[in-house]
Amino acid sequence: MDAHVNSPAIVAPKVSVRDLNFYYGSFHALKHINLDIPEKKVTAFIGPSGCGKSTLLRCFNRMYALYPEQRAEGQIMLDGENILQSKLDVSLIRAKVGMVFQKPTPFPMSIYDNIAFGVKLFETLPRVEMDERVEWALKKAALWTEVKDKLNQSGASLSGGQQQRLCIARGIAIKPEVLLLDEPCSALDPISTGKIEELIHELKSDYTVLIVTHNMQQAARCSDFTAYMYLGDLIEFGPTSDLFMKPKKKDTEDYITGRFG
Amino acid sequence: MVDKHLSTQFDAELSGISTRVLEMGGLVESQVVQAIASLTQFNGDLASTVLKVEEQVNAMEMEIDRDLSSIIARRQPTARDLRLLIAISKAIANLGRVGDEAARVARTVQRLMNSGVSSRLRLPMADLAFEADLATAQLRKALDAFARLDVERALEVLKQDDQIDKEFDGLMRKLITYMMEDPRTISSSIDMIFVAKAIERVGDHAKNLAEVIIYVVKGTDVRHNTPEAVETMVR
Repeated sequence: MDAHVNSPAIVAPKVSVRDLNFYYGSFHALKHINLDIPEKKVTAFIGPSGCGKSTLLRCFNRMYALYPEQRAEGQIMLDGENILQSKLDVSLIRAKVGMVFQKPTPFPMSIYDNIAFGVKLFETLPRVEMDERVEWALKKAALWTEVKDKLNQSGASLSGGQQQRLCIARGIAIKPEVLLLDEPCSALDPISTGKIEELIHELKSDYTVLIVTHNMQQAARCSDFTAYMYLGDLIEFGPTSDLFMKPKKKDTEDYITGRFG
Repeated sequence: MVDKHLSTQFDAELSGISTRVLEMGGLVESQVVQAIASLTQFNGDLASTVLKVEEQVNAMEMEIDRDLSSIIARRQPTARDLRLLIAISKAIANLGRVGDEAARVARTVQRLMNSGVSSRLRLPMADLAFEADLATAQLRKALDAFARLDVERALEVLKQDDQIDKEFDGLMRKLITYMMEDPRTISSSIDMIFVAKAIERVGDHAKNLAEVIIYVVKGTDVRHNTPEAVETMVR
């Protein structure tokens, strides 16, 4: 697909994907993806199951590198550096590119340590500064008032929505530049979902947020740009309001209006 | 709409509401025809019929509006579906106003008859009837374009609107001449000016309807443009 087709006028992209191909063994899961992701905006990826949206998201922090049979070809430029080729330590990439998963994954430790754990991997902070960092992250994740009196309790004692916000707090505590959210609300009730969406809106003033969602209305509500993918191809990418009001491609229109299948 | 949704119920709701818009359109079109007939024939019964249908039209407008809100709330439509529902909301508002114009003409007829104005009074009935024929033809064409979501037909409506405007200007000159020649016609001529204006408004509503059809199909808002500019925008 032509790079220009899928690049709305983005002055300074935070992440540039060029001719990205991804393989699960012999299965060609992402085909020649070209995409510019704008800085400090929310970009949503939508598409039917198996279209490659989560696969694409996992490329941005080389999560796939855990599995030897999976490989990515092409370029993903983050601040001018190709993170696919980079000699950079994977954990350093992940310090720049945080990720939150579909199901809340609190570590089996206290709320405080859930946040502090990741920070300790990259920074050695005095106790006071660590306290400040934990409070800052929990406040950013809109969880502070709910947990400030029970920081020593287990992270697993929180509700699903709180656990997910804890994971987001953990993700932002290391001050990444890009935040990847892989269906962060699919296991949550509408109120928790609302809080996380509100949070996503807040986060974009500091971070470049990429979100994969099955919920099209969620993409419509909380993203600035939306990419529609199908069978490993990037079909259409553009400002969310354009894509949901007047998509350029019929395939996109069929999917978002529910005429798919 | 050719393509089907995964939800057949949603399809049924969309086609159901479109059908009712067309029913409402048919109703107001007959209202306009009857209102003009009541004027040219000085027929009070026809005028009363128009006013009775008006209640039905108003009820329909409110009912379609209610169903629109319900579909939007429950289905959260996007893209073409959303454009269609927005267009329907505007279409029924326009059709409702067409009904109001017909009712205005009917009430004028009733008033003229009650005040004992003679049907032999010199009034440009043939010209009014001609202007009304143009307007109802435009309305019919716009409704037809709506039924088929036919952009070409909608464009024809836009292009032909100035015929009605010209006819209206001509009528105006004629009525002014009548009033100058014979001051006894002043009162009824003023009534006819309002009738002519009402008919001209019917043409404007048909034009608005045509514009929303283009919006549904092309996703382009073509209001406040000349027909020529619209043509280049959609081609």
